[in-house]
Amino acid sequence: MRKVTVFPKSNAAKKEKITGVLLGSSVIVLFLVGWELLFQFKLVNPLFISAPSRVVLALITIIEDGSLFENLTISAKEFAFGYGVAILVGFPIGIMLGWFKLIRAAFGPFIAAMQATPRIALMPLFIIWFGLGITSKIVIVLLSAIFPLIVNLQVAMSTIDNDLIHVARAYGATRWQVFRSIALPTSLPFLITGLRLAAGRGLLGVIVAEVFGGAAGIGYMIQYAGSTFQTDKVFAGVLVVAVTGITLDFTLDRLGRHFDRWRGEAAVH
Amino acid sequence: MKNGIAAVNPESSTLNGVVPSTVATQAVGELDGVVSFHKDVQQPVKFLDNRPVKLSVKNLVVGYLDKQSGHTMVAVDKVTLDIHEGEFVTIVGLSGCGKSTFLNAIAGLVQHQHGEIKVNDRIVTGPGMDRAVVFQKASLLPWRNVGRNITYGLELSGMKQAAARAKASYYVNLIRLNGFEDHYPHQLSGGMQQRVNLARALACDPEVLLLDEPFAALDAITRELMQNELLELCEKVGKTVLMVTHQIDEAVLLSDRVVIFSSRPAYVLADIRIPIRRPRKSLIKDSEEFRGLMNEIWRVIEGNANIGGGI
Repeated sequence: MRKVTVFPKSNAAKKEKITGVLLGSSVIVLFLVGWELLFQFKLVNPLFISAPSRVVLALITIIEDGSLFENLTISAKEFAFGYGVAILVGFPIGIMLGWFKLIRAAFGPFIAAMQATPRIALMPLFIIWFGLGITSKIVIVLLSAIFPLIVNLQVAMSTIDNDLIHVARAYGATRWQVFRSIALPTSLPFLITGLRLAAGRGLLGVIVAEVFGGAAGIGYMIQYAGSTFQTDKVFAGVLVVAVTGITLDFTLDRLGRHFDRWRGEAAVH
Repeated sequence: MKNGIAAVNPESSTLNGVVPSTVATQAVGELDGVVSFHKDVQQPVKFLDNRPVKLSVKNLVVGYLDKQSGHTMVAVDKVTLDIHEGEFVTIVGLSGCGKSTFLNAIAGLVQHQHGEIKVNDRIVTGPGMDRAVVFQKASLLPWRNVGRNITYGLELSGMKQAAARAKASYYVNLIRLNGFEDHYPHQLSGGMQQRVNLARALACDPEVLLLDEPFAALDAITRELMQNELLELCEKVGKTVLMVTHQIDEAVLLSDRVVIFSSRPAYVLADIRIPIRRPRKSLIKDSEEFRGLMNEIWRVIEGNANIGGGI
């Protein structure tokens, strides 16, 4: 192929990107500085509002006394089990719902009804059934994470390009080959989106479940700190959860882009 | 009424095996030297009737269920057609006349109600590796690069990737796609995508290559270039080809025989030989013989459209 000169990305685009990053981070910094100033000038009661510096101190304390790590491990375990089972079960269910019309007709309404039910409201039942330990939290995570996966994969199956199926059949593909060579690759970006949504919901599920009725975990730590007026510790806990959520989402987004290389620049949103 | 319009070209139907070309002998001016067949008109045009029959269609009837009325509609009505080894046969006809349905039936994608399709004397019951289809849309798998798209058909037949690549490499070179194996479909132009589509079909080394309006979705310039390329390719590899098209010039340029279908339900109106010597060049489109053939085909289609009110 003939070699062509590719012009580098224009400076204007680069500048725009830098401006965006600067603007975004300066708003956050301004917010933190303002908050800290309110505290420093004694304009707010630190018992209720805390301050960035005190949150950092609280964070250091719970890291040093080991309570953060201890609670984080328990929450992570609950999340990992629930999320893992949600993927293992949700993936085949979503695919089958999308792929087989009869299964969709049979189970579609049931799943829609389940999805509309607020899972967290069932927490008292789960505590009765599974106790205050980690099992009830795993169930909540599982039920929170599984529906975005099911729905996304079901949608994925309906977006399959019929022309591709036509081609596969013309080359004598079996139903299984059509599924493997066309349906599965089509579902991949939807799987990633489902995983991202599921991670968010699952994280929310684990924290709320621990706040609601837990004996350990980050959510329990936050709840306990709150009820004993340790505002700094509450914020420290929330910060840990937020950072975890952002990291998880970022990782999955990266994974998605890796699998989406074939789409090229134009389609990356 | 059917037989009334069936104006099978009397000249061509009586030919057996070898006939002299009917090319006019007048000077062709600046085309001289390029259009070589004008010079040696005495050279006979070889027809392939003596070769074994590769694809044989007998009394084929294809119907489909019209969902609105609930009736079974006949799309293809008792079509009989033999294609010999190495022959390039094109079906032309009004749009919606059932020629694509006919091709799909041969591909095994559409069930026929009556009649028989045989490839190499084996009865066709469904899709198979002895036929490969090139559709109007390239329909490449967007997540596979060019190389893996070309080997897709072979992989479906159970061949390992490496072996498939080795087998496909001949056609990759022939269609001049080497160097593009790592590109993804979205990086290619429409013409390039269609070449990959063609390579994918050829890589399977089918007994019969089926082309369903392969260039209809391309722009006029790309279409002409692709026609030339296909012409060159077919003369090189000598595949048995059945093509469906709307373009009469495309049909005449590429084919050994042009079969004209009636408006729906489709039956054979005429089976016209194209007595132009090979290798052909696209410049033959300027010759009088070419225009004569196009007119002949056009008159049959036009006559049928007027009578049948098929437009």
